Amino acid sequence: MISFIARNAVRKSITLFFVSVISFLIIYLAPGEPSQIDPLNPMFTKEVLERFRKEFHLDKPLHIQYLYFYRDLFTGKSVSWKDNRPVLGKIWERFLNSLPLFILGTLITWTLSFPVGIRAAISRGSFYDRSTTFLAYFLISIPGFFFAYILIILVVTQLHVPVIGMQTFGLSSANSWTLLMDRLWHLFLPSVLGAAGGVAILSRYVRNQMLEVESQDYVRTAKAKGLPSDQVHYKHALRNALLPFVTMFGLVLPGLIGGSVIIESIFSWPGMGRMAYEAILARDYPVILTVNFVSAILVLAGTFLSDLLYMVVDPRIRL
Amino acid sequence: MEKDLLLSVNNLKVYFHGEETISKAVDGISYEVAKGQIVSLVGESGCGKTVSALTLLGLVPCPPGKIEDGEILFRGKNLLNFSEQQMQKVRGREISMVFQEPMTSLNPVFTIGDQIQEVILNHENVGKEIALKRTITLLKDVGIPSPEERVNDYPHLLSGGQRQRVMIAMALACGPDLVIADEPTTALDVTVQAQILQLFRELQQKRNMAVLLITHNLGVVAEIVDRIYVMYAGIIVETGTVKEVFKDPFHPYTMGLLAAIPGSSKKGKPLYSIPGSVPDSAYKPEGCPFNPRCPYVQDECKIKFPEMVNFKAGHQARCPITYRLWENQELPKNRHFGFENVKRAGQA
Ligand SMILES: Nc1ncnc2c1ncn2[C@@H]1O[C@H](COP(=O)(O)OP(=O)(O)O)[C@@H](O)[C@H]1O
Ligand SMILES: [Mg+2]
Repeated sequence: MISFIARNAVRKSITLFFVSVISFLIIYLAPGEPSQIDPLNPMFTKEVLERFRKEFHLDKPLHIQYLYFYRDLFTGKSVSWKDNRPVLGKIWERFLNSLPLFILGTLITWTLSFPVGIRAAISRGSFYDRSTTFLAYFLISIPGFFFAYILIILVVTQLHVPVIGMQTFGLSSANSWTLLMDRLWHLFLPSVLGAAGGVAILSRYVRNQMLEVESQDYVRTAKAKGLPSDQVHYKHALRNALLPFVTMFGLVLPGLIGGSVIIESIFSWPGMGRMAYEAILARDYPVILTVNFVSAILVLAGTFLSDLLYMVVDPRIRL
Repeated sequence: MEKDLLLSVNNLKVYFHGEETISKAVDGISYEVAKGQIVSLVGESGCGKTVSALTLLGLVPCPPGKIEDGEILFRGKNLLNFSEQQMQKVRGREISMVFQEPMTSLNPVFTIGDQIQEVILNHENVGKEIALKRTITLLKDVGIPSPEERVNDYPHLLSGGQRQRVMIAMALACGPDLVIADEPTTALDVTVQAQILQLFRELQQKRNMAVLLITHNLGVVAEIVDRIYVMYAGIIVETGTVKEVFKDPFHPYTMGLLAAIPGSSKKGKPLYSIPGSVPDSAYKPEGCPFNPRCPYVQDECKIKFPEMVNFKAGHQARCPITYRLWENQELPKNRHFGFENVKRAGQA
C-alpha cells in the first residue's frame, strides 16, 4: 500500500513537471506577447514597454522565465499582470465563488443520474425508458445558452425570482434570512442549468452500463438462485455497474477549478471559469499558468483517488 | 418409473420473435424425468438445449422469447402458470441450475462464500452462522480443499474447475429435487471434465436427486445417465435408455452423434463429425429438419414432418425411413461405426 502510494506520487510528480513545461511552452508559443497588449495606447512608450519586459522577466531566455515563474508560484509571490494582485489570492476568491455552484451542480448531477439511468435500464423499452431517453437527447442537443435564456425568461417572468449575479444588488442591509434565501435563489438556476447537460449524459451512461451488466452470466446465475428481482438488480448487477463510475468520480475533482465559462457569463457569476477566460484574453500569463497548474494537480489527484477507490471496490484489483 | 414422475415436459414450444424472423428455438419437445434419475438431453450446439433448460426456470428473456405452447409439469403442477413470485421459490430451492460457463457465472465482486450462503439465506429461515457452516460443508462436499479459508475467496482466485465446483455447491445448497446441468464440463479441461462428472454422479447418488444433464457429447453421458433424449433443431428425434440408444440407435442423427464420440472411430483416423451444421432456428428446412445432412434421406423426408415412431417399448425415434428398414431387418448392425459407409451407400 505505502509503496503503491510512493510509486504513484513519484510518477505523478514527473507527469506534473512535464505538464508545467508544456503548458508554459504552449502559452509562449501562442502568438502575441503581454507587452503588445495595446500598441496604440500613447501611455505605452517604448521605455515603458522595456521597463515592463524587464520587470516581468520577459527579456530573459525561456527556461529562465520558466524558473522565475514557478519560483514565484511556489513562494506565493506570483502576481497578476493585470491588476498586480497575488494570483493565489485571486484564484482563491474566485474559487470560493464557484464552489457552491460546483457542489450543488455535482450533487444534482450525481443524485439524479443514477436513479434515472438505473430505472431506465431495468424497465428497458418501457414508457419511462423511452421518455427519459428522449429528454436526455433533447437536453444534450439543445445549446446551453439558448436553454439558459428560456429558463431565465420563464423563471423571472413567472416566479419573479432574481437570477443575475450571486446576490441582489443593494440587499446587504436586509436580515440574514432574506440574504440567505436570496443567495440560494441566485444559486438555483445556474446549478440546475449546469447539471442539466451532466444529468443527460451521465444517466445515459449509467443506463448503458447497467444494461450491459444485466446481460452478464452472473446476473442470470443470481436469478437462477431464486433471488427477488430487487436483489438481482440492486445487489448483483448494480455493484458491478458502478465500478466504472468510481473512475469518473475521481475526475470530478478538476471540475472544482474549471467552472463553466458559458453559465458564469450568462448569469454574471464571478467564478473561476470567467476569470480564466478573461485572463486568456488579457494575456495574463501568471493567472493562466497557475490555473493550469492547479487543475493539472487536481487531475492527477483525481486519478490517484480513483485508483485507490477502485482497489477498495473491485476485489480483482490488488497492489 | 412412472409412479415417481418428477418433471414432465409436454409439447413445449419457445420461439424468439425477431424483426422479420421467428426463431423456433424449441419447437414442441416432450420429455420426462423421474425422481432420482439422471436424464440427458443431447444435441449439437444450437439445437435449443439451453433455451429449453432456461424455460424450466422461467429464465428465458421475454421478449424476444415467447412460450408458444406446451406445459411443464413439476410434481404435477404446471410451472408455466406460476407467477414470478412463485417461480422465485422454485428456483434454487426445488430446481437449480449449473451453467456452461464457470468463468463468467460467478459474480466477480462477491466472495464465493457470500454467493453460496445467499441461496440458503434466501430460501430458508436460518441465521448467518448456520448458513456459513453449511456453506463450508457444501464446499467440502464438492471437493474444494480447505473450505474454511476458501469461503472468503473471490471467484477470480479460483480455477475453472474449482469455480464449477462452487457453482455445483450453490446449486445443491438447498437440497433441490432437480438439478439442471447445462454442459457443465464443456468449458473445462479434459481431465477436469472427468472429475466434475464423477462428482455429479457421487452427489446425485448420495442425495438421491434428479439431474437433467445437457451435453453435446454422447460420450460424456454413457456411464452415468439413465435415459437419453436426443435433440435436433428444437425437437426430440430419439429417446431410449442409454443401453438401447448406444446399442441400437434408430435415428440417423443419433448414429452420427455416436460416430462422433472421441475414441469411437478407429485409431489413426481423424475424429468423425456429421457433415453440415445445425440449421438456423429461423430457417429450418421443410419436412424433417435433419434431411439435408441425412445419409438415409428419401424424397418424403423433404416434404413431410416425421412423427415419433415406437421402435420398441420406451425406445422411440422420429424416422419413418429407418423404421421401414428395421422392420424389414435391413438396418445394418453396428450402425454408428459404419455411419460414413452408410453415407456413401446412400449416395450411390
Ligand atoms: N435470447 C435469444 N434471442 C434470440 N434467439 C435466441 C436467444 N437465445 C437463443 N436463441 C436461439 O435459439 C437457438 C437455440 O439456442 P440454444 O438453446 O442456446 O442452443 P444450445 O444450448 O443447444 O446450443 C439458437 O438458434 C439461438 O439463435
Ligand atoms: Mg447451450
